[in-house]
Amino acid sequence: MADTVTFWLNDRRVETEEHAGLLVLDYLRKRRFLTGTKEGCKEGDCGACTILIGEIRDGELVYEPTTSCLVPLGEMHGRHVVSIEGLNLADGLNPVQRAMTDRGGSQCGFCTPGFIVSMCWYLMASSDETPTLKGFQRAFSGNLCRCTGYTSIDRASEDLVSDFGPGGRFEQIWSADDRIQALCDAELLPAYFADMADQLAAIPPLEEERHDYADIAEFFVAGGTDLYVQKGEEIPRTDVKILNRHPEMRGIERDDEAGVFRVGALTSFEEFGQHPEIRAIMPRMDHYLYLIASLQLRVRATLAGNIINASPIGDMTNLLLALDTTLVFHDGTRERQVEMKNFFEGYKTYDKEPHEIMTRLLIPIPDDDTRIHFEKVSKREALDIATVNSGAKIRVDDDGIIRVASLTVGGVAPVPLWLEKTEDYLVGKALDVKTVRDGLRVAHSEMAPISDVRGSADYKRLLAHQLLSAHFTELYGDRISFDALLAG
Amino acid sequence: MKHYDAELHTRGESLYVDDVAPPGGMLHAVVYGSPIGHGTLESLDVERAKAAPGVFRILTADDIPGENQIGPVQQDEPLFTDDSLDYFGHPIALIVAETHEDAIYARDLIDAEVSEKPAIVDPREAHEKGEILGTPRTFAMGDVEKAWKQCDVIVEGRADVAGQEHLYLETQRARAVPTEGDRIRIYSSTQSPYAVQKAVARIIGVPNHKVEVDVIRLGGGFGGKEDQATAWACMSALASHLLETPVQLVLHRLDDLLMTGKRHPYTADYKLGLRRDGTIVAYDVSHYQNAGAKTDLSLAVLERTLFHSTNAYYVPNVRAYAASCRTNLPPNTAFRGFGGPQGMFAMECAISHAAEELDISREELQRKNLITEGQSFPYGQRAERARARTSWKEADEEYNLTQMRAEIDTFNAEHHDKKRGLAAMPVCFGISFTGTFLNQASALLHVYTDGSVSLSTGGVEMGQGVNSKLINMAARALGISVDRIKVETTNTTRIANMSPSAASATSDLNGAATILAAKELLNRFREMIAREMGIQDADNLSFQNERVFYRNRETEWTWEKTVSHAYMSRISLSAQAFYATPNIWFDKEREEGRPFAYHVYGTAFIDVTVDTLRGTYDIDSVRLVHDLGRTVNKLVDLGQIEGGLAQGLGWMTLEELAFDDDGRLLSNALSTYKAPDGYFMPDDVRVKWLEEENPEGPYGSKAVGEPPLMYGIGVYFAIRDAMRAFDADANFPYDAPLTPEKVLLQLHHGRLSGLWEDSLAEQKTTELPVAGE
Ligand code: FES
Ligand code: FES
Repeated sequence: MADTVTFWLNDRRVETEEHAGLLVLDYLRKRRFLTGTKEGCKEGDCGACTILIGEIRDGELVYEPTTSCLVPLGEMHGRHVVSIEGLNLADGLNPVQRAMTDRGGSQCGFCTPGFIVSMCWYLMASSDETPTLKGFQRAFSGNLCRCTGYTSIDRASEDLVSDFGPGGRFEQIWSADDRIQALCDAELLPAYFADMADQLAAIPPLEEERHDYADIAEFFVAGGTDLYVQKGEEIPRTDVKILNRHPEMRGIERDDEAGVFRVGALTSFEEFGQHPEIRAIMPRMDHYLYLIASLQLRVRATLAGNIINASPIGDMTNLLLALDTTLVFHDGTRERQVEMKNFFEGYKTYDKEPHEIMTRLLIPIPDDDTRIHFEKVSKREALDIATVNSGAKIRVDDDGIIRVASLTVGGVAPVPLWLEKTEDYLVGKALDVKTVRDGLRVAHSEMAPISDVRGSADYKRLLAHQLLSAHFTELYGDRISFDALLAG
Repeated sequence: MKHYDAELHTRGESLYVDDVAPPGGMLHAVVYGSPIGHGTLESLDVERAKAAPGVFRILTADDIPGENQIGPVQQDEPLFTDDSLDYFGHPIALIVAETHEDAIYARDLIDAEVSEKPAIVDPREAHEKGEILGTPRTFAMGDVEKAWKQCDVIVEGRADVAGQEHLYLETQRARAVPTEGDRIRIYSSTQSPYAVQKAVARIIGVPNHKVEVDVIRLGGGFGGKEDQATAWACMSALASHLLETPVQLVLHRLDDLLMTGKRHPYTADYKLGLRRDGTIVAYDVSHYQNAGAKTDLSLAVLERTLFHSTNAYYVPNVRAYAASCRTNLPPNTAFRGFGGPQGMFAMECAISHAAEELDISREELQRKNLITEGQSFPYGQRAERARARTSWKEADEEYNLTQMRAEIDTFNAEHHDKKRGLAAMPVCFGISFTGTFLNQASALLHVYTDGSVSLSTGGVEMGQGVNSKLINMAARALGISVDRIKVETTNTTRIANMSPSAASATSDLNGAATILAAKELLNRFREMIAREMGIQDADNLSFQNERVFYRNRETEWTWEKTVSHAYMSRISLSAQAFYATPNIWFDKEREEGRPFAYHVYGTAFIDVTVDTLRGTYDIDSVRLVHDLGRTVNKLVDLGQIEGGLAQGLGWMTLEELAFDDDGRLLSNALSTYKAPDGYFMPDDVRVKWLEEENPEGPYGSKAVGEPPLMYGIGVYFAIRDAMRAFDADANFPYDAPLTPEKVLLQLHHGRLSGLWEDSLAEQKTTELPVAGE
């Protein structure tokens, strides 16, 4: 447990033997007295604790913004942890700080360092071709501000868009091959960033227990985005195993022979959603990501974590379930495959042995006639936990007959629910309003929502009905209209 | 114009209570609160917790050397309960340990034996059972009973509005450091340092002067730290006093949500009478305030509900009743608007109801009844320099209401799965503490021999920009650069008996005191310079741009020369001044007076799009005209308008405080209580101001903190407007917030259930476990 973890903290190389499960936030504030990073909630919902984590991936140093209140220190080996202090220039303000100051983007200031970090990240690492207001808004989507109402932060972002966009005074930075280097050269980022890639490469990897899956810990931490919310107090007091030290468990590969995408269990939501192959089968992925979680959480949350958490309203879970995903487990000696549709047994129970670890997901590659869609409604449209969500994979052949109707609904049963009977009913029938309406009737017999803080049972049932309808109106709007469905 | 703290903020270098390097030996405290909503504490077993690692001591009511009482107005609030448990989280004990984590760990080891009583969460039920705090109040004007007979239309109904969590990003916190003897210094995140000072003195049993409270800044307050910062400061002080070592108490977000009071939920019965042409004749309203378990500031909040019960309208005959009802929720407290928004909401519901009844547009009805110069509010004060009609007119000219409406109608005619809606929201809000005695402030100016200036007032910086405004005002009053001025922390040793930073009045009061202090200083300088220059008319000396002018001609006296000359001449370089708002009074017997120095007016237009399939909605734009006076810092004022608006919009839509029947908070984390995020806010927010000199405010400015929140109320009616475009006959209840759940259920009420009822008929009902995250 007392591995020595070596990493860069801003402009210093540090070594620590602190508990691997200690939160980076607590490490920063309580051990290093770096108090620019603030704690607003300790559950990933406010962004006041946002930091950057730099990591060498495929030979390149990549930075991602994340909420330090959900990240275990033990995972930081070989990484570059950047807090607000690490972005400060020796003197004066960087352009983001300047714009936020000039435009009144900071009032009480408690959220401000988090916003600055997210916005700096956008300038340092965004893959947008040119900076935009929407891009900034995406970057700070996980940052809450209770004072400003965001309008002044938008104005600050607009200043930056004109400074870094075409014709702006820092235009050349955006188009530079090495943007971080360009930012350092322009003295907008402290000079130490320039050789960070070399510095990180010089840190020897940990002696890693690559295959000791059977080594049971009290807590397995993957992205930690839900685990730390539920068990944040306990983890730093007990035995943890940090799964994210296993880079081999990430990434997406297309295997045409087997007809599947092989997806590493620890692939993050963001990696999954940005992958070109995945976007090709789900063209509206950007909208789904917007509904699902903030960028700070998407870069951390893993597909396996979402599934193993077994929440009935897991967003990726319900989507993957509709896609007929197969889960691959390993117990150190043996591999086992389980179809996701058979995986969930009851509320937070499933077909997995304690010493098994999910290593991969196999997602069948859909053919060109298959259409996929995801729907979600929560109290706040974006970045909130779903009241009801729903995934759909539908194939209707040229003859107008439904061949596949894999529909899932979250929030209406103790498990992420695959509507098996509904699929049975729909398959083989012609796609028209009557079929859909009757299919929905069958769906209702499969659902049994209960009331909770996210909504009453009646609401959830109605909402499920609407979202299931929406799959058809969104995917087959030419044949199924909202008005016609309603006119029943 | 700047927000002078912002540079530090953006570098993460601003200090909040627990950012200051911890003094050696500092311990950490965590509060153990009631595990039930209502009942009695039979016994408390802390033995296991005491033995837990790192625990120093566990404190309860028995350990208090002074008086176990922190009630600010009514003496009904012990710091730790003796045995009566009145709400979930009601503080019972304090665990003091080496680390915060140790204290949290130990807390789980405390065992309480309790007996439960039925909880009351509904203010109407409390009212019926006589659970009333203070005495109900009634404001009356004209004669409503007679007036009904002159009405062509009378509408009656009920309006419910839920509470709101403050969600200051920085949770409640305090750090207490014993100094020498029984003296103590407290760093607190409070809007009311004096309240903390008094309460701590009482708890530990020392005179006020032994307690020093210091406030650097707050990570947001919004009213939530006006009175409710006191308990945590007292607890850290008590522990620190007894253990003779520094103690810090930082509430975890979950504890903060659980244990602190919020905006008061209200329920009201309204009756509104009008003539056929839409002229309002009479309004009768009864407000039932959900006060929670203790009085806190509820009675003052209640009073402001009455003051604003007719919003920006003139109503000749009014009877407004309000009662503060005791329930088993945490004591509800101040929140931006302070009861005013709830009063206005009921009025707006009545107007909406009447408009639907009369088949006149809601906007037309609103516009027609706006108050004008010289007309009376129901508490006797007349509208002076009224801007209700002006702001409406300006807004209409700028944003063209008719055209907005026409565009929406066109859209709605073409779309069924999306409907747009529009609403106007005029606002009129009175400025001054309604407790007249609180309208006082003092300022202390020191000038150092290098010409730099230190300014202390009772104003607490919580993001609202009071420090920036004070810098602007002091620089202007002294005729020097803003760079010379530093605003000090708010400290009870430098400023005695200060009023809380609240009621939007902080800059007005403390700014006015600052200007007086500057004047006094400059008068001394004038006398001195006149003597040196050998002139008689010292009044003709003026101070601008760091220079002294005589009859508008520059002299050789610079600021620095003046200051050092004064020092060498043994003239005091410090000045203290006191300001009390003139010409305000209120007679509670007659419920009449002139409680407000002035009113702030404004008008907002809000439009939305509702997704009728999913029940979700987007706010498309908010366009408003706000009565700002002559601003002393436009950036700060604009920020207050936009920020207040966002809170108002959130309160009416997605911020849903949910309690169960036992009084348990269900929306108990930021994952279940949702405040506006960047996506929620419309990209199209336009603010235009009316800039007219306000003779009652420093340099002609007007207060700005609270009024803009109430523009947000309009969004409720904009969504309702869109819903009625979907279903014109629907009679949706008036019940805020209008969450996507309510929208969907109301839009499709009874319409769709037929589609599934038969399919469920055969389905067996099975017991299911509670679905969680
Ligand atoms: S503290 Fe709120 S997201 Fe980390
Ligand atoms: S400035 Fe106060 S929370 Fe953003």
